[in-house]
Amino acid sequence: MPAVEVKNLVKKYGSMDAVKNISFSIDAGEIFGLIGPNGAGKTTTLRVLSTLLSINGGSVMILGHDLSKQAAEIRKLISYLPEDAGAYKNLSGRAYLQFIANFFDAKEVHAMVQKGIEITDLGARIDDRVDTYSKGMMRRLLVGRALMTNPKLAILDEPTSGLDVINAQEIRKLVKTTAQAGTTVLLSSHNMLEVEYLCDRIALISEGKIVEEGKPKNLMEKYKARNIEEVFIRVVHE
Amino acid sequence: MSGLGNITRKEIRELLTPATFVPIILVALIFATMGSSIQGIQEKSLAPPTIGVITEDNSTLGGIASTILYTHARSVYNSTSESDLQGALETVKQQNGVAVIVIPKNFTERITQEKPGTLQIYWIMKGAGLMDTISSSAVESLISYINTNISKALIRENTTVNASFVLAPTQRAETTYFKSREFVGLSPSTISGMLSSQSLLIPIVMMMIIIMAGSIVITSMALEKENKTLETLLTLPVKRTSIVTGKIIAAAVIGLILAVIYMIGMQFYFSGFQISSGVNLASFGLTLTSTDFIWIGVSLFIALIAGLSLCMLLGTFAKSYKSAQTLTFPITMLAMIPMFITMFADFDTLPLALKVFTFAIPFSHPMMAPRALLFHDYTLVVGGIVYVAVFAIVTISIVVWVFKTDRLLTGTMKFKWLKKMKIRRF
Repeated sequence: MPAVEVKNLVKKYGSMDAVKNISFSIDAGEIFGLIGPNGAGKTTTLRVLSTLLSINGGSVMILGHDLSKQAAEIRKLISYLPEDAGAYKNLSGRAYLQFIANFFDAKEVHAMVQKGIEITDLGARIDDRVDTYSKGMMRRLLVGRALMTNPKLAILDEPTSGLDVINAQEIRKLVKTTAQAGTTVLLSSHNMLEVEYLCDRIALISEGKIVEEGKPKNLMEKYKARNIEEVFIRVVHE
Repeated sequence: MSGLGNITRKEIRELLTPATFVPIILVALIFATMGSSIQGIQEKSLAPPTIGVITEDNSTLGGIASTILYTHARSVYNSTSESDLQGALETVKQQNGVAVIVIPKNFTERITQEKPGTLQIYWIMKGAGLMDTISSSAVESLISYINTNISKALIRENTTVNASFVLAPTQRAETTYFKSREFVGLSPSTISGMLSSQSLLIPIVMMMIIIMAGSIVITSMALEKENKTLETLLTLPVKRTSIVTGKIIAAAVIGLILAVIYMIGMQFYFSGFQISSGVNLASFGLTLTSTDFIWIGVSLFIALIAGLSLCMLLGTFAKSYKSAQTLTFPITMLAMIPMFITMFADFDTLPLALKVFTFAIPFSHPMMAPRALLFHDYTLVVGGIVYVAVFAIVTISIVVWVFKTDRLLTGTMKFKWLKKMKIRRF
């Protein structure tokens, strides 16, 4: 059984179709990337799968649960990292992790917080107020928050957005390690090179439709391209 | 374009928003409404008061008094015997009158002996608000006028009369009937003054808490959106109801702490007024028992929860800290309106439409509760608590529903029934 199964998903904002009848599935333990330019429908798809938005058509099954009927069950199993997420500014990094961990099993709170502190790797700064953090530190805190809960499915929207090369590289490694430990990862990115490095399979999304899907290597071979960026351009223009 | 002109144009464009003007326009409208209400009060004060007159003394000075009353007031009951007092009170009450004035047999005789003549006034008080005491003020003016005219008559007839006596030849023996109670020795204005100083504390405290705690809730929602923490919160394994009620309870706790601090300060402030009035409310049975204070506390708490749930609903519209500041304005208005209404008039004496409007505002109930409890009107207090509790439950349910829709994140709402109506129309 796939970890995620999306069939003919439709999402509208008023009269505008943001996602038009898309279908894809993700196997357990896989890193699946949704690739596309800004406004293609990546974030909307991730928000739908994160139980934030309702759907206008189609069906979504996550870890055996129907999204339309069992959103509360799904929330226990997933973790979502929004692209431009923030944290409560008056809390310290540690207090923020503690606050999030308190929503989960009381017996695992301590272990979760320790794992979060380890992932964030902020050292003594973990006890400083969040509003004193740099953008990179904030992103690491949020990635730590998203992964410390040992989710069955991690939904990461542009996980390295706005980060410098070193911070971005660390987060990519972290995502890889998390998937190796058994977490299914669905991420979005408009950084095609990052996706090529991270993802087992990808779906190219343009104007709300999935225009191509497969393993990065196979797609590059199919379109005789040197990288995914070239694949995307050829798919969209052909 | 010069740098100055460029900056000025850009600033004006930024400031010229509905958020800047709507609150000011609403304040202007409220002041205009209050102005016209005051004009109405002035007109009411010019109308002759409705009274009943019992004249047992038809000699010279009693005649002056009765003539003034008949000329300047609308007398609906006239008699020459004090034994008709009950009938007079019933008639005047039915005619929506203010008082029955008795000029006793010995009125002229006492004054000629340089002893103050007593005018017995039996007031029929309908409410303790400023508007309610206007008619009684008109009668008080007539009594002063009688006093002045008797002084003139005394001076005309006897130039050697005692100067200090001639300035105050009459005295009043007053009894006020208010909410089925008899207050011997008190006039409506004294009772109104005592009650307003006593019952002004809760409205002011209620208004301040709602404004402060309401602002906490709305700002909290706005900051969740502005700091981008809301999306994370909504994907965590926590019920929407818990998020909504958690925020409301936290703001209510802070609001109650603020209320206690505020009440301590205000209690000292108002205690000064109570001493200066020189009348002890307790001696007239107007005291709140510990059970009454529990009722007030319950009313205040339920109203606070209702107010905060309303703020929460408004908070879902807030997109940023700045927009949250504008959204606190309707709540401020809703808190101020009942405060002014309860100051101007009693709930019982309000016109029906205003009565319904006042009852509908959840914040009115704790404001009206102290006065209602003083007069054992438990129906209004308990009815109010039940209404406000239902209001709070319905509002919280709406907020939870909004939390379950896309509205919070997308700012749009799916109203299927509205869509159907539009389709039918076109």
